Amino acid sequence: MEKIYFESQKKGSSFTAYRQTIQFLISYSKSLRFVEHNNIQFEISLN
Amino acid sequence: MKLQIEDSILVRDYISGDEKALEILINRHNQRITSFIYSKVLDRDVTEDIFQDTFIKVIKTLKKGLYSEEGKFLPWVMRIAHNLIIDHFRKNKRMPMFEGSEDFNIFSVIGDDKLNAEKQIIKDQINSDLKYLVDELPDDQKEVLLMRIYKDMSFKEISENTGVSINTALGRMRYALINLRKIIDKNNIVLTNS
Repeated sequence: MEKIYFESQKKGSSFTAYRQTIQFLISYSKSLRFVEHNNIQFEISLN
Repeated sequence: MKLQIEDSILVRDYISGDEKALEILINRHNQRITSFIYSKVLDRDVTEDIFQDTFIKVIKTLKKGLYSEEGKFLPWVMRIAHNLIIDHFRKNKRMPMFEGSEDFNIFSVIGDDKLNAEKQIIKDQINSDLKYLVDELPDDQKEVLLMRIYKDMSFKEISENTGVSINTALGRMRYALINLRKIIDKNNIVLTNS
């Protein structure tokens, strides 16, 4: 499967995600926590 | 000679709380993943959205401790991206465009705000069930949800009342809804008024 993905890329152009998107993901990751209560996992954002 | 830390080590470090490891992983595979997505959807904005959603899934899975493919990080991320690309095409196919005409306007037949007595009883029951579910939420999320839904306050008013920024209030509302859905799914609760 890995090979298929990389083969398909050889045909196309090369792009990278915008800096803002990466910054968002990094902030999102830093703010995200999971806590458990009554056997249910809750997502909590600390932003 | 520059040594490169293996993905599996970065993944392990990230799971242990090293946020910098995630940044390295994203930057290392940014071009491959973005180019792969673009080669399928051929739209820069859609590519960006799918890239973001892919890593949101990655982050959640890793933080929840559900990742089990040690040593195969990139193919795993590619599979997530691939599935999201398929979802994107399915969603676009499933959403037909509708345009009204002079003789017929869709808005004249949808959105009946007068519920009959039976529907009103069901609606009241749903509201009552929902209050029990809301009680399960963390306090900060519950507070925002109650102000927004039951007190009909704007996010600006919520922000002023709770002393947090509008963005934080919006974030808490978003997480409250996500968590409510989780409780509903986990307990197989059916809330319907069809």
